[in-house]
Amino acid sequence: MEDNTCFHCGDYCDKKNIDFQGRKFCCNGCKTVFEIFNENDLICYYDLQNAPGAIPEGVEGKYDFLSQENIIERLTEYRGDSIEIATLFIPHIHCSSCIWILENLNKLNSSISVSQVNFGKKTVRVTYKNQETDLKSIVILLSTIGYEPYISLDDFKSDKEYINRSIIYKLGVAGFGFGNIMFLSFPEYFEVHEYWLEQYKHLFRWLMFGLSLPVVFYSAQDYFISAYKGLRARILNIDIPIALGISVLFIRSTIEIAFDIGSGFFDSLAGLVFFLLVGKFFQQKTYAFLSFERDYKSYFPIAVTKIDKNNEETNIQVYDIKKGDRIIIRNEELIPVDGIIINGRAKIDYSFVTGESQTVTKQSGDKLFAGGKQTSGVIEIEVLKSVEQSYLTQLWSNDVFNKNKEEDFKSITNSISKHFTITILGIALISTIYWLFIDPNKSLNVFTAVLIIACPCAIALSAPFTFGNLLRIFGKLKFYIKNASVIEQLAQINTVIFDKTGTITSNKTSSAEYNGKTLSDKESLILKNSLRGSNHPLSRTLYNILDEHHIITLDKFEEHIGKGIEVTHDDINLKIGSASFVGNIQDTSVLNTTVCISNNNKYKGKFTFYNSYRKGVSKLFNQLKKHYDLVILSGDNEGEFKNLKKLLPSRTKLIFNQKPQDKLEYIKHHQSEGSKVLMIGDGLNDAGALMQSNVGLVISEDINVFSPACDGILDASKFKQLYHYIRASKSAIKIIKWSFVLSFIYNIIGLYFAVTGQLEPVVAAVLMPLSSISIVVFTTVATNILGRRLK
Amino acid sequence: MSVIYILLAVSIIVAIVFFAVFVFAVKSGQYDDNYTPSIRMLFEDELVKSKKEK
Repeated sequence: MEDNTCFHCGDYCDKKNIDFQGRKFCCNGCKTVFEIFNENDLICYYDLQNAPGAIPEGVEGKYDFLSQENIIERLTEYRGDSIEIATLFIPHIHCSSCIWILENLNKLNSSISVSQVNFGKKTVRVTYKNQETDLKSIVILLSTIGYEPYISLDDFKSDKEYINRSIIYKLGVAGFGFGNIMFLSFPEYFEVHEYWLEQYKHLFRWLMFGLSLPVVFYSAQDYFISAYKGLRARILNIDIPIALGISVLFIRSTIEIAFDIGSGFFDSLAGLVFFLLVGKFFQQKTYAFLSFERDYKSYFPIAVTKIDKNNEETNIQVYDIKKGDRIIIRNEELIPVDGIIINGRAKIDYSFVTGESQTVTKQSGDKLFAGGKQTSGVIEIEVLKSVEQSYLTQLWSNDVFNKNKEEDFKSITNSISKHFTITILGIALISTIYWLFIDPNKSLNVFTAVLIIACPCAIALSAPFTFGNLLRIFGKLKFYIKNASVIEQLAQINTVIFDKTGTITSNKTSSAEYNGKTLSDKESLILKNSLRGSNHPLSRTLYNILDEHHIITLDKFEEHIGKGIEVTHDDINLKIGSASFVGNIQDTSVLNTTVCISNNNKYKGKFTFYNSYRKGVSKLFNQLKKHYDLVILSGDNEGEFKNLKKLLPSRTKLIFNQKPQDKLEYIKHHQSEGSKVLMIGDGLNDAGALMQSNVGLVISEDINVFSPACDGILDASKFKQLYHYIRASKSAIKIIKWSFVLSFIYNIIGLYFAVTGQLEPVVAAVLMPLSSISIVVFTTVATNILGRRLK
Repeated sequence: MSVIYILLAVSIIVAIVFFAVFVFAVKSGQYDDNYTPSIRMLFEDELVKSKKEK
């Protein structure tokens, strides 16, 4: 097939493509970007990657608020007399061409001195001379070349983000101490009583002591803090035996070298802390480009245009909007507050809120809710409530958003550590009492040796490495999880609750069914051609569903906004649109979306639109029904009830007309009955339910598009794999249990040496790293096998 | 035999220098983004080429 895709953005070009310099473009926007790059010798952009661009959006007046002082102040990182630095989030960054073009911005605007891309976070940090240019022109420049920055209310926070790097520092200190102590302790491992070694061993020992100080008091401090907190809360967490082990190691070693009894265990001590921190670091896999903490602020604009009494337009900050203000919402802008339309015709896309992509038409006098997006023309609204008190945003004042899910959760490691700690303390006491009768000199030695060797390094490492690795495997399979504890909770769920619209239905395609009198060939020809000229979402959908016809010129084409279209060709006059427009009064089924058709004012029939369900929904539900209770919790009406009944297993509960708050309460109720709930949703209306549930997952067609706060994001193409992902997290728990068994075996071997009073530093130095490394190898190999089975 | 003191001092100083460099690298943000630089280093050629074409 001949290459018929746009040179710039790679979209399929239909017949009206534009030829420019022998290259094809799908629209003028793409051509313009190419021209800009061409003039500035930046054509390399297209060499690095095929069709890397995006279609630039119109930005007329959209960024006027960026000339306001207080907004610039918040958005910039640094403002000096001559230069300013700003970091902008650009969702489109996706390939090496993007990095290249964005780092060569100075060729397009010479006032930009440096621009640096962070690919992982999808940001570009621009440094520019503020005497010659300003933030607004840079944002507009970026938008015109197809890299529109995303600026939302979330950027308008006063405190700048603080990057926590302490884990890297701690790991560095521990690694530094570990390596150097190993070198210094090596000569003594072989117990050669050589004159030279004997003379200097004290120096070596005190050097090791010095190196271990930062390891114990800086690198390991989190374990002491956590153990202390655990004791205060009367929970025997895994950090208690670890902290006990570390302190016993340190104190005994110090006493040994101070009284010249032995060489101490500084090597094992530093190694232990180092391995533990490696585990912690490994578990901290984060997806920098995804945010799991989003609330409505990430969706909402920073500023809107306000009309004051003298009919003058000013930009005001969204938080400053008061009840009674009149504001203007332009095309493609989000409505930040509840209000009443005063002027203009609104066509609102509530897909952010409900996941439903069909637009809703409103007229002046109608009430609008915050969160909708205007899709046609300009409207003027009067504000009814401020941002924080609006219908949608009120949801966030619920307590559930201030709760930390992890705190209430008892992890597998902590539940085993309780028994572990008691057992170890028991063994230590019994063996000490035993030795008190046999050889009292050895008893203290045995007591400390038990605590040292039993330090549960291997146990503490099992979960971080298993979950950390599984997190990475899931990430590769487009299932992005917030943290390791989510996998653990996922393994325990017994109820799965789905949202309907946007979750089990697909946004991209819907299907339509025609009932009524059959359309003649000529009528369907005209129908197809008239839909071609209309931009209404329903027309676009219907156009894609209907059979292909050749193109004809219509005699008359008229679009009545909010009603339908009227076309004339030869002797046929077609009306396509809403029931009242077409003149079909007897049509009473209002539950489903319909498009009616009449020929010469005679009613012909109607197309009824049904949600189109994602592929594999039925199969997934049948897999899930064996192990879990299934519920559909929908904000929509019951129009789809019959279809869902047919599609899903009979035991599935179907509940309709649920408000965001109802969804939250429903889950709360089930949890109080002991259910562990997995909620799967997509829109902001699920945000409360996602937070309340034990695990909240979001289905997303495009993971770069924003999703509400959740525990994990699942790419829509992997939806049918969900069952296997849940099974995999269950298997992960099994892997951890097996590695516990493995580490107990090491502990028993170690305890044999400890209880019999023969624990030499070299035994500890071999046994502890050996057990840790074999646990790491075991869990990594096992999870990789698990991951391979998932594909 | 006091050469051992010099050797020890040197080895510890070298280790501390490396450690200081590591801390400096972390502090300067080198570990915050460990993907983009790997691509950026491949770009120098294109920049030169496009300049020559002028």
